Amino acid sequence: MNPASLFPNGVSQYAVGGALIGLGVALLYVTTGRPGGVSTFFSAAWSWLIRMPFFRQESFLESRQWRLVYALGLVLGGALYVALGLPLEASHLPAWKLALGGLFIGFGARLGGGCTSGHGICGMASLSVGSMAMVITFLATGIATAWLVKGLGL
Amino acid sequence: MSTTPASRRLEGLATLASGVVFGFGLAWSTMVRPESIISFLTFEDFGLLIVLGVAVAINLLAYQLVPRLWKKPALGSAFQRRPFALDRSAVAGGILFGFGWGLCGVCPGPALAGIGTGNADLLVALAAILAGALLHGLVCGRGKS
Repeated sequence: MNPASLFPNGVSQYAVGGALIGLGVALLYVTTGRPGGVSTFFSAAWSWLIRMPFFRQESFLESRQWRLVYALGLVLGGALYVALGLPLEASHLPAWKLALGGLFIGFGARLGGGCTSGHGICGMASLSVGSMAMVITFLATGIATAWLVKGLGL
Repeated sequence: MSTTPASRRLEGLATLASGVVFGFGLAWSTMVRPESIISFLTFEDFGLLIVLGVAVAINLLAYQLVPRLWKKPALGSAFQRRPFALDRSAVAGGILFGFGWGLCGVCPGPALAGIGTGNADLLVALAAILAGALLHGLVCGRGKS
């Protein structure tokens, strides 16, 4: 198979971007010892607003502050990229897809104990067999869903 | 050492810097665009595999090698393990996550970084992810502490 057909936009942006992503997650681990999964932030954040015991669990209370700082850093990183005038194509998706998809992403990532950064990067780098099984699971359903959506012309 | 105000501030700065580099990389790799994720899932552009592969390779060094060389992380008190046990409900979570991911091409990290790049549409996704996490706590957290 012709490699150019696998990567119609080249590989350099993916290699450089992946290296920066990896360095960011690695920096957090070697400086603070924290695995840098993102999705726990979305549960821990509710501990500021909701008194229910689930949201007041120790692991959320003790990590919510650094998780907020880390999330803020992610937003700033994206803003810095644009502020430097680096290239980025526009993105437009129907709001219903983002709303419905987001709901499943939030619920599923929390029920599944992680997302693409937690299982995909930190879990795989920890050589966790469970995380590898999770990555295979969401890759499979993600691919099936994307093809279904494409096939239905949604 | 990790409890003095100065070292806590340093830890906070390192956490912020980690997020900034991560978010900057998400923008550089185009993963902040849901279209990039979807074109990977539909086999039009396999770039995501390179992004993930390079990021994992770097973190294999960080996670496997550094704890053998250093007793403690540079600023923290211990290298932490991700608490995770694979069970039926986790697999169900992975299936639901995959469905949402395939439908809209958003992940939690790229949603945050994408908002930073000025993609206001992603505020809808961010609100929905927060609502999904709330729903998870309300449904699955009953009776648990």
